[in-house]
Amino acid sequence: MSATTAAPKDERLVKTSRLTRTLRRPELGALLGALVVYALFAVTDRTGSFATITGTANWTDAASQIGIVAVPVALLMIAGEFDLSAGVLVGTSGLFCGLLTTNYGVNLWLAILLTFAFAAGIGFINGWLVMLTGLPSFIVTLAMFFSLRGINLGVTKILTDTVRVAGVGNVPSYDSAQKVFGSELWAPYNFKVAVIWWLAITAVATLVLTKTRFGNWIYAVGGDANAARNTGVPVRRTKITLFVLTAMSAALLGVINIIRFKSMQAGQGVGQEFYYIIAAVVGGCLLTGGFGSAIGAAIGASIMGMAFIGIAFAGWNTDWTFLFLGVILFAAVLVNTYIGRRAQGARK
Amino acid sequence: MTATATTTVTPALQLKDVSKTFGSVIALRDITLHVDPGTVTCVLGDNGAGKSTLIKILAGVHQPSTGTFLVKGKERTFGSPRDALGAGIATVFQDLATVPLMSVWRNFFLGNEPRRGLPGIRMLDTQFARQTCRTELLNMGIDIRDLEQPVGTLSGGERQAVAIARAVYFGAEVLILDEPTSALGVRQSGVVLKYIRQAKERGIAVVFITHNPHHAHMVGDRFYLLNRGTLTNEFTRDTVTREELVKAMAGGAELEALAHELKQ
Repeated sequence: MSATTAAPKDERLVKTSRLTRTLRRPELGALLGALVVYALFAVTDRTGSFATITGTANWTDAASQIGIVAVPVALLMIAGEFDLSAGVLVGTSGLFCGLLTTNYGVNLWLAILLTFAFAAGIGFINGWLVMLTGLPSFIVTLAMFFSLRGINLGVTKILTDTVRVAGVGNVPSYDSAQKVFGSELWAPYNFKVAVIWWLAITAVATLVLTKTRFGNWIYAVGGDANAARNTGVPVRRTKITLFVLTAMSAALLGVINIIRFKSMQAGQGVGQEFYYIIAAVVGGCLLTGGFGSAIGAAIGASIMGMAFIGIAFAGWNTDWTFLFLGVILFAAVLVNTYIGRRAQGARK
Repeated sequence: MTATATTTVTPALQLKDVSKTFGSVIALRDITLHVDPGTVTCVLGDNGAGKSTLIKILAGVHQPSTGTFLVKGKERTFGSPRDALGAGIATVFQDLATVPLMSVWRNFFLGNEPRRGLPGIRMLDTQFARQTCRTELLNMGIDIRDLEQPVGTLSGGERQAVAIARAVYFGAEVLILDEPTSALGVRQSGVVLKYIRQAKERGIAVVFITHNPHHAHMVGDRFYLLNRGTLTNEFTRDTVTREELVKAMAGGAELEALAHELKQ
């Protein structure tokens, strides 16, 4: 038999349509959800500004507060791991940066660098412990979450006698750092510069996932770590790198917040870790790993940003926000699972 | 192509008096065998015969407790499957080492992704990857409709083909197949046997581990029978008929006794 002749076409197979290929995209459900949520709040809006540029500046600000960390968390989830310490690490990083400058007189730029290095260290410990012990990352990072929470309060109290770090606005180099991390763009709408950071992270993460070797490894270690190892993918290195990147994104948000608000509470960031995970899951990441996208997580963050702002603009009591998030989370997972199954062609 | 005259050819793989113990359990005892390039060497054995241990030693997962392991005539010790792969020994395990949710071409190049661009910002060469994947699969006689489809949606035989084609493409000189036909139907098994034949014709030394003597006899040049951790028989293609192979594998007299028993 000639080596180059193709096997005859199998007549039992339906041609994959463009629709199926679209349905296979992990972020499709989130995109549809985002449109629905946007329409909902555009209609219920009582201030008349939700669907304007000002309104957009508002909800993208709220979304960037989640998205900056949610996108790396999504990458980590695709690789099959959780990071529950990402939220409280935002607080730790902000406090660390603030205390270095206000308490020890370190130059702000140097302090920012040290903060990133410090957070990278925390991320490395997370990843290294997970790989070393073989325990679920859920447990390891939960332990890290409580440890950091305790450290945040304890250290801040010892050093400042209060539960907050303040006065960052008065340290040298504040103005130059403020331009990079805390400024506003496009007057009079005043988009926060954090939105740019968020979009940039999403773009880079998408590029990495789809177009680089590392991205291939991320899907592989989450999809089947054993198979990945047998084909020569460095599983440990891939996962630890992602833990480090997640922690560094939390540091970025911590730095952004301490520069923007010039002070930070010791309890900052606690509870945020679930927002990141919700955004990733709403965006189509599988909890079991191996599937998802960065754009999806960014859309998930957008939905949450819209909900935070939209509920306030609609004049509803903001206490309802959490109910809304709960329903959105459940509905999104339901839709994603359904779409996913159809696209895999398994069960209908 | 005869496998009997081995004096001129350096075997691709050779085991000399290899034993493997796990604690007090002797999994393999004094295994001596050789695998020549361009031939199919079948290792036959029933469950618990030590096939898995043998395959893991060949693949670099386990190290022999005693004895020597030679690759192209040189003694080697492998610390990991990665080392073995570096020496040209590729193993297709039963789980196939494919990631179900990833597309066919991404699986094909997993761990060996082709890249282009400037150092530091090198991107996946997706076009090359897709094209190469399609050509390589076609060369094995398999036409996958959609390279973007997740590997998990392929049939067992197709997945096997992807794994074999991948090993062949990445320069395997020795291809170890762990029970490639055990989970397949009759037709799909035939397809996989055809791939084995093609790999052999490319000059690859194929080690075909199976418990099915019929499949082994169709493609094998040399046969080793493994039973309770020791090699009990060695045949070459011209010295054994299928019936003899089946008989030897089933333990000869035992099978006759069983047949007799079943007749009653």
